[in-house]
Amino acid sequence: MRRHFPPLLELTHARLREFLREPEALFWVFAFPVLLALALGLAFRGKAPEKIPVGITEGPRATATAEALGSSPGLAARVYEARAGREALRTGKISLLVEEEGGLVYRFDPTRPDARAARLEVDDALQRAAGREDPLRPRESRVAEPGSRYIDFLVPGLLGMNLMGTGMWGLGFSIVNARVRKLLKRLAATPMRRSEYLLSQMLARLVFLVFEVAILVGFGWLAFGVAVHGSLVALALVSLLGAASFSGLGLLISSRTKTIEGVSGLMNLVMLPMWLLSGTFFSWERFPEAVHPVIRALPLTALNDALRAVMTEGRPLSALGLELGVLTVTGVVSFLVAVRVFRWQ
Amino acid sequence: MPPHAIRCEGLVKRYEDVVAVDGLDLEVFRGECFGLLGPNGAGKTTTIEILEGLTSPDAGHVEVLGAQWSRDGHALRERLGISLQETQLADKLTVEETLLLFRSFYRKGRDPEELLATLSLGEKRHARVGKLSGGQRQRLAVACALAGQPELLFLDEPTTGLDPQSRRDLWEQVERFQAGGGTVLLTTHYMDEAERLCDRVAIVDHGKRIALGTPAELIAQLHATNVVEFATEPRLPEGQLSALPGVSEVHAAGEGWSLGVRSLAETVPALLAVVDASSARLLTLATHRATLEDLFVAKTGRKLRDA
Ligand SMILES: Nc1ncnc2c1ncn2[C@@H]1O[C@H](COP(=O)(O)OP(=O)(O)OP(=O)(O)O)[C@@H](O)[C@H]1O
Ligand SMILES: [Mg+2]
Repeated sequence: MRRHFPPLLELTHARLREFLREPEALFWVFAFPVLLALALGLAFRGKAPEKIPVGITEGPRATATAEALGSSPGLAARVYEARAGREALRTGKISLLVEEEGGLVYRFDPTRPDARAARLEVDDALQRAAGREDPLRPRESRVAEPGSRYIDFLVPGLLGMNLMGTGMWGLGFSIVNARVRKLLKRLAATPMRRSEYLLSQMLARLVFLVFEVAILVGFGWLAFGVAVHGSLVALALVSLLGAASFSGLGLLISSRTKTIEGVSGLMNLVMLPMWLLSGTFFSWERFPEAVHPVIRALPLTALNDALRAVMTEGRPLSALGLELGVLTVTGVVSFLVAVRVFRWQ
Repeated sequence: MPPHAIRCEGLVKRYEDVVAVDGLDLEVFRGECFGLLGPNGAGKTTTIEILEGLTSPDAGHVEVLGAQWSRDGHALRERLGISLQETQLADKLTVEETLLLFRSFYRKGRDPEELLATLSLGEKRHARVGKLSGGQRQRLAVACALAGQPELLFLDEPTTGLDPQSRRDLWEQVERFQAGGGTVLLTTHYMDEAERLCDRVAIVDHGKRIALGTPAELIAQLHATNVVEFATEPRLPEGQLSALPGVSEVHAAGEGWSLGVRSLAETVPALLAVVDASSARLLTLATHRATLEDLFVAKTGRKLRDA
């Protein structure tokens, strides 16, 4: 049998083994965020802009009109029998209907933006087909650069959300479980230094962190070309600080709770507002301005913003004073309070 | 070195609705195996956890191995081995990993390899704790308690729920530890365990000590070598029973009576004659050698196991 290592190492190692031997935990920490990124990345991937559906009422010039509209890349034209055409317009299946009453008539609802766009596109196509010469012909330049897509916004958010979840669950669940099983009490009955136990839980957490970040960032890069524009060192430091901060919060939440149900409830109470408000799936700036100060004080907002600043905008750590400050204060304060109030039995 | 391993006086612990420990005094000498015996809820666990420095008493004075918890708690932990009543060790770790973890907490300690062999866990060293049987788990708990080569071993109900063979194996471990100069404080509600293992026993009930002495001394307090338990329908009057030859004690025991007797040969025929002479019908009749259980019945009128 091997010799034993110092207690801090044995404790950290034990926690890591427990984690690695828990297939469910592995799934939630490593596989789930990747699957979520994959699903959302595919759902919102940059598709060609949708064609606007328009209709043409049957008539002598219908075929010519359809041909002219068909040549426009922005339109999907279809010929309807008169009543069916009106019906399609009324129910919103098409944005505009071209009728013939002597001359041509554009029938559309001008309060709908898609209908106004259709009006312009249809008119353009028909005028050109009729022989209009455009005196001015600007070149078009389309914006679809990496960094501005939804997936580029999403990956740092998922990373932040995952760092929060793993940090809080990873510590909270294992500590409360050990308390329920009276294992904490048994440990407290040995000469083990109590701070070493708490430290080992955080250290073990920081070991999975490396893999967690590498897997998600690597996946985003390989599957969707989500690049890290800032330095990898900055990314590593922000992740480390975020993970440590949420581990502290997890420790605090589990410091006195006596049941698994109790800690689950508390976790959800703390995490749910952050899932919603902290700009994981969409920017928090969409919330009313009055609540912005509150949102910015949330540690997940700070982490998401810092990760995005480093990954998408390539900013240096020196530009992230507020975010790093929020994370540091959250982590340090919760750790200190947790250590003070921690209940071993 | 002071002769006491443990000394406590006037220990009191109250919970909202009960007084769990009610002015308990104990002295445990170095090298002895001391048993705390009592029914469920007697306050055994509360007492032992106060002595282990895990629970603080509301009143009283505690001294363990000449030290006090408030002053030299950390140093004291190096010298104690503890097995709690309800600990579940981490399911996902193996036997060997668990033992090494506990060994790492102590500056000096026993060789884990040798411990596994002594506790017959060698074959199970790579098994997960969650997959062990109750007896194996209990042996591992004792191995963890011994990992730091303690001077004083606390065992809270070490054999509850074990099969007879596992119990005997554990008793052997305790005896070996004691033979090596260690002191043991254990709690149990098995009489045979206390009689077999303990040099001295304190019987506690409702947080109070109701008897103290060697098992032989305590049984001798009964003034009887054997016990006759019987029940009749209707019940015989107490006066008639204490008049029987050789009867030293008469106690109500459930539906019937429990008689402490000096000699079965003297009392049983006389008892049967009395039953015959009355119109009562004999429902049950059993005899056994007097045990600590009988002392508990004599002192409280209740049985230990279902008190
Ligand atoms: N943490 C607690 N809070 C409230 N009451 C408690 C607590 N711990 C013990 N008690 C009460 O104190 C009394 C003594 O309990 P204790 O566990 O010491 O008994 P015990 O002799 O060890 O019993 P058992 O043989 O069942 O283990 C019981 O009435 C119990 O309900
Ligand atoms: Mg108990």
